[in-house]
Amino acid sequence: MIFLELFLEFLKVGLFTVGGGLASLPFLEDMAEKTGWFTTAQLADMIAISESTPGPIGINMATYVGFTTAGVGGAVLASLGFIVPALIIAGTVSRFLKKFSENKFVKGAFYGLRAVSVALICSALVSVLKISIINIPLFAETGNFLDLVSIPGIILGIGCWCVLKKWNPHPIVILGGSAVFGIVLGFLGII
Amino acid sequence: MKELIGLFLAFARIGGLTFGGGYAMLPMLQREVVEKNGWATEEELMDYYAVGQCIPGVIAVNTAVFVGTKVKGFLGAVAASLGVITPSILIIITIAAFIRSFSELPIVQNAFSGIRVGVCVLILSSVVKLFKKAVVDKFTFGLFAVVFGLSVFVDISPIIFVIIAAVGGIIVHLLKGGAAK
Repeated sequence: MIFLELFLEFLKVGLFTVGGGLASLPFLEDMAEKTGWFTTAQLADMIAISESTPGPIGINMATYVGFTTAGVGGAVLASLGFIVPALIIAGTVSRFLKKFSENKFVKGAFYGLRAVSVALICSALVSVLKISIINIPLFAETGNFLDLVSIPGIILGIGCWCVLKKWNPHPIVILGGSAVFGIVLGFLGII
Repeated sequence: MKELIGLFLAFARIGGLTFGGGYAMLPMLQREVVEKNGWATEEELMDYYAVGQCIPGVIAVNTAVFVGTKVKGFLGAVAASLGVITPSILIIITIAAFIRSFSELPIVQNAFSGIRVGVCVLILSSVVKLFKKAVVDKFTFGLFAVVFGLSVFVDISPIIFVIIAAVGGIIVHLLKGGAAK
């Protein structure tokens, strides 16, 4: 029963994701590997869409994964599964809000959790790098270091980074620009 | 009932009009929750927002649950959190259906091969910001390095890491507190 599975999988993600939308990424990657519902490449596209549309990124991702896996019903159930833990946990915490944030156990847990959350997002980044800029299979085949990274990818990546650091534009600007770059290179027959 | 609908609509506006979640949402929350409806004071909202980042789940939904609970108990929490996710569901389904029907076109594939590079850069930029806040001493750096290494090379569920991090964090934090006294 795919709907129930989606609901339960996202219940788990909602329960263990700490620190906002992007932190759900490693869980979704794990889900892609375990269930085969979607690929890492699809996941990267979902991140792009989720960052460029209104709404919380975590919910956007859950909806997208649910829709890709099982249509409209899947989209709704994945998002609902994602918010159920929040309803229970935040609902409970709201009774003793002040005490909660000053509790030393809570502080300690978050001291550890923040570091691990960053580490997990980093490893998700490596997966997206592998489908966009780094090509390990090709490198393993040819042994040529130039085949390890995609040159247009590196150029685009550095360009995006400079634009981001200089003007701090909305993510949609970076993603739109990258899309145009990809289309132009395709048109010129480079990729 | 009127209050429930009001909560739903206010949070639907918040969800539907803010890009990027997290920090981008705060001005919109202030307008809808504090100024327009008087559901919470500015200070309360800041508390909700701060604690919302420290418990599992999406920050926007957690904040919605806090405000909803305060106004109308559990039903209020349900109304507010359904409100905050409804625009996402509608917008993403529309876009996903659209993209699915065009994903075979070479131009769309080329666009996405560019977009994936942009996604890497955006994630990297978030990671750099989060790293500065999260990795503050030897223990957190060690935790970061070990978990990053293991999760890239070994197939372990992230849930395991999250549990270890919480337990390890509590132990080290308590030991440090003990040493300080």
